[in-house]
Amino acid sequence: MNAHTDTWTLAGRTLRSRLIVGTGKYADAEETKAALDASGAEIVTVALRRVDLKAKDNLLSWIDRDRYTLLPNTAGCYSADDAVRTLRLARELGIADIVKLEVIGDPKTLFPDNEETLKAAKILLHEGFTVLPYCTDDPVVCRKLEALGCAAVMPLAAPIGSGLGIRNRHNIRLIIEQANVPVIVDAGVGTASDATVAMELGCDGVLMNTAIAKADDPIMMAEAMRLGVIAGRLAYQAGRMPIRAYANASSPTGGLIE
Amino acid sequence: MPTIVLNGEPRQLRAPMTVAELISELGLEARLVAVERNREIVPRAEHGEALVDDGDRLEIVTFVGGG
Repeated sequence: MNAHTDTWTLAGRTLRSRLIVGTGKYADAEETKAALDASGAEIVTVALRRVDLKAKDNLLSWIDRDRYTLLPNTAGCYSADDAVRTLRLARELGIADIVKLEVIGDPKTLFPDNEETLKAAKILLHEGFTVLPYCTDDPVVCRKLEALGCAAVMPLAAPIGSGLGIRNRHNIRLIIEQANVPVIVDAGVGTASDATVAMELGCDGVLMNTAIAKADDPIMMAEAMRLGVIAGRLAYQAGRMPIRAYANASSPTGGLIE
Repeated sequence: MPTIVLNGEPRQLRAPMTVAELISELGLEARLVAVERNREIVPRAEHGEALVDDGDRLEIVTFVGGG
């Protein structure tokens, strides 16, 4: 196993990249395209909004849909009803049935409303959607989402757009330990080392947007994230050395000159 | 003249028309948008028959960049 042969399966799709990226907050379409390319991502998230009658270009007209699987989200939805309504419209746009479900419960932290998320997941699964739910880093809610039939669980690292990195490694580890579906850390990653930590913990993937889009050089950061994810995955598979409280010499302790 | 609410804004139509005609009049490409009329999705296959008339509330949506 190496970085070139490593693959994973999400909802029946075999993927090489473990980095899923958002398409929001970029300066323009050109910058978005260059960052997506540098990230190596195969799945990219998109949002559903009212059409801008003055806009000249439409994301669907420039994004390479042979290269990227579009993952519609429900950003901005505060109830199960709104999220379901949004994703039904997204499906009408001819995108595959795989969706990112996020139901927000608080405008300041953008923390998910787990109760509404569970409610929406149930309806969407019943309607044949493949559901990837964004949720808190709570093993219990992750277990419930998996039991409903979600194709992955996507606990947050930290609040959306905060760049705080993984706030609770212990919980993420517990979620990974119990899950039989992929665990994707979604939201809150700030820089490449955060993505590496997520992968070292054993996550199957990382989803991010702001950490790339709001870097001084988004395209360079996209590359950094690509490499950070690969580094973390390899380190996880390689198995790290045990942590010791005291030093352990790297050079032979015998044969010293006197 | 019929008045509809399109994406939250009142809009006058010259006459009742189909969803397909409205989309074309707005300069949009049908394959790039999804349409909801009075909170019910109008499937693309029905754009040619579904009528838009006075008092209808329409949402016409598409994908934009997002996380």
